[in-house]
Amino acid sequence: MSVRIAAALVQVMAFCALSTFANAADKAPRSGIEYASAELRAMQADDFANPGMLWVARGEKLWNAPAGRDRRSCAGCHGAAEKSLRGAATRYPQTDRASGRFLNLEGRINQCRSERQDAGVLSYESEELLALTAYVAHQSRGLPVAVVIEDSDRERLTRGREIYYRRQGQMNLACTHCHEQNAGKRLLAETISEGHGNAYPIYRLEWQTAGSLHRRLRACYFGIRAERPPFGSDDLLNLELFLADRAKGLTVETPGVRR
Amino acid sequence: MVARVQLPASCRAGEIITVRLVIQHPMETGFRYDVRGNRVEKNVISQLTCRYNEVEIFRAEMGSGIAANPFLQFHTIARQSGDLVFEWVDDRGVRGEERARLLVTEA
Repeated sequence: MSVRIAAALVQVMAFCALSTFANAADKAPRSGIEYASAELRAMQADDFANPGMLWVARGEKLWNAPAGRDRRSCAGCHGAAEKSLRGAATRYPQTDRASGRFLNLEGRINQCRSERQDAGVLSYESEELLALTAYVAHQSRGLPVAVVIEDSDRERLTRGREIYYRRQGQMNLACTHCHEQNAGKRLLAETISEGHGNAYPIYRLEWQTAGSLHRRLRACYFGIRAERPPFGSDDLLNLELFLADRAKGLTVETPGVRR
Repeated sequence: MVARVQLPASCRAGEIITVRLVIQHPMETGFRYDVRGNRVEKNVISQLTCRYNEVEIFRAEMGSGIAANPFLQFHTIARQSGDLVFEWVDDRGVRGEERARLLVTEA
């Protein structure tokens, strides 16, 4: 895919140079699913046909399964996720008050596993972490993204915004060039979306599996031929915070389905 | 390996019902190469059967052309209440089973 996408990105670059810079940030955000085909929208809307629900189902099993030295399950502390974690995912990423660490949902799950369950950390993109993240985020489906920017997070938000608007990679493109200035237009067979993170983890047809927001962000870095930050790195977390702030007003769709 | 089955909540005897099944499986085609250039061994769900009250009503033989996490849908006629038992095996010999209860009310 890389060569053809790269060629198309060159066209977008040329287009960017010509187009007047309409500011999409002033408009109400539109979820990526609104840019998808009718078939894809139907697949996401049908809880059985949506392949992401397999990860949610797996996550529910893991939620109730004893883990770690004390054989304690997530449900052992949190109880039924439908009640206790309703809305939790809408407030991530956030700073953990006790440790001062900045965590996204994956980070929070791993913190719980290592500190409270003594069960060890799950690696990014492992089936278990994807399943648990999908299950927890799914409990917030239909609720608006409501990330709270604390004073301690201001710097991270600023850094995330800087990444979003900074040209980088061999293509010399910033996120904004595709996802704000050209959202809704075509990149070969793809329709460019606004790049919101409200449906993650998603089932992506190109991947033939579920994946995290960080995997998708790294795919964009690859597309513009920039160096990819590691999973869970500060750069991606800051960008995730900026994206969450930018996606306020959209509802959580987890598990989303995308091309 | 997670699988999900969808049946109507209830149905009448003689009614044509839709049965849906989705299985979490990579359905590795055998045509792909990993980052080191080694071929990834083919691994697909090659055999799948569905029995309804111990009678086989559906069989699928899948190959490389089927996408990951296969989603199968077929129709059958509801006779009496009972279990639908799905069994499958992939190229590595890993077996899976999922069952669902069909509730049939008299017509």
